[in-house]
Amino acid sequence: MKITLDHLYYLIGFLLFVFSAYTVFDKNHKAKWGTALFWAIYGVTFMWGKEIPGYIVGGMVVVMAMIASGKRIGIGSYGETSKESKITEAKKYGNLLFIPTVVVPIITFLVATFTTLGALIGLGIGSIAGFLVALFMTKETLTCASNEGRRLLDAIGWAAILSQFLAALGFLFDKAGVGNVVAEMVSSIVPTESTLATVVAYCVGMALFTMIMGNGFAAFAVITTGIGIPLVIKLHGADPAIAGVIAMLSGYCGTLMTPMAANFNVVPAALLEMSDKNGVIKSQIVTALPLLLINIFLMYYLAFPGVK
Amino acid sequence: MIKLIGVFIVVIGLVFRFNPLLVVIVAGFATGLVSGMNFIEILDVIGKAFVTNRYMSLFILLLPVIGLLERHGLKEQAERFILNLKGATAGRIMLLYMIFRQVTGAFGMHLGGHPSFIRPIVSPMAEAAVAKGRILPQSILDEIRGMAASSDNYGNFFGQLMFIAAGGLLLIKGVMEQTGYTVDLITMALYAVPTGVVALIIAGTRYAFFDRRMSKKLDEVIKSESNGGISQ
Repeated sequence: MKITLDHLYYLIGFLLFVFSAYTVFDKNHKAKWGTALFWAIYGVTFMWGKEIPGYIVGGMVVVMAMIASGKRIGIGSYGETSKESKITEAKKYGNLLFIPTVVVPIITFLVATFTTLGALIGLGIGSIAGFLVALFMTKETLTCASNEGRRLLDAIGWAAILSQFLAALGFLFDKAGVGNVVAEMVSSIVPTESTLATVVAYCVGMALFTMIMGNGFAAFAVITTGIGIPLVIKLHGADPAIAGVIAMLSGYCGTLMTPMAANFNVVPAALLEMSDKNGVIKSQIVTALPLLLINIFLMYYLAFPGVK
Repeated sequence: MIKLIGVFIVVIGLVFRFNPLLVVIVAGFATGLVSGMNFIEILDVIGKAFVTNRYMSLFILLLPVIGLLERHGLKEQAERFILNLKGATAGRIMLLYMIFRQVTGAFGMHLGGHPSFIRPIVSPMAEAAVAKGRILPQSILDEIRGMAASSDNYGNFFGQLMFIAAGGLLLIKGVMEQTGYTVDLITMALYAVPTGVVALIIAGTRYAFFDRRMSKKLDEVIKSESNGGISQ
């Protein structure tokens, strides 16, 4: 049997059902029913996402958004240990505690390199292997492991599904042709006779549209066909390989500055239990803006060999 | 212009701090409606995209592992490890991690990530390096965590395109060849290097300044402790 992403999705679905069940029996949970329902619906999308018609999944997704925006999900109690006990445990295990966290990337890498399964399946298998090692090491029960997993997922809360949500929005933007409107607007205000101006338009356009879409890949095709190819490459003779890669890197500067790139910016803030969900973005803007400026100069000076 | 209504809603929604899930739903419906789709069609698109992109949430499998280890002192061990290391500062830890991420990324390895490295290892180490055994107020913890999270993104984004079979480069190739331009993967990977180096310099400079600011903040914490209160 070949392991596919679907197998990992079944496992996640099962895990979410378990979290949901434990939530129902959590007497100290501040928002028991909303939270339980939220993770249960999410579990269904993993278990039967392919079988259920799209519009029904869409409806379920809307319900999840309602539960979250009505503040019906929250934090419970997970039978945590005290800080003192954790320090004692840390002294007992020492650096052995890092072993499971190292097992995950090593297995991911091995699977990605030596099999045809790919990095995503690798991450899944790595996580399972890391889990088994951690369970064996700590000699904890599955109940305890479930509660610990639930603790972290509740801490992330609704942000956990934001990335998938935004992917859906990006798809709708794409269908509506938002990118073409943006590309037209940018190219209509750019003085096309100036090489530098078209380079600025390409790089800034990539950054801005990546901020809207939350994804540099999604922005690339639109901005490159709308601005990059007609103005920078065709009109001014830039090398498509050099201009292309620097444009993509300009897009990544945009990724650093947008909540739409939830999996890079918002989910980590939630995962790290920061009080400001935009805290990661705020810390990145100061790096992203000068780097975008540098990218503009790099494209201007490197992408026109023999032209200037 | 009307097609930009979704973008407009997202910006307004985020400025006024509505729940992002709600903002996305409203923006999605508005965009769908102005492009002539009906209610059911929009739900269908949302549902299908949601299901297709489930791979983004594979990190859920990792949570029980991290949770179990944290229960047995993973964070505390990261702190102990750092306190025994001479010369370890938060900025240096982040810089080192960023370099690790860039170099492995340049060789096409997907090592790193916020759930597997930042939460369990990098952030606790950086926090311990700043705190030196003291209790830090949430505002300072937030600042350290934001910087720690950024080191993964910098290393990831500005390392991956140096790998000749990177997904990003293949996408560029695809778009360019569709319009009749042939591009060479090696040239592209090579021209990803300057931005990578500059990103490292900018981040490194910022981490150095961050260390200086944090040591000042720690002095303030010590001062407020000796005055008998913990300031926020």
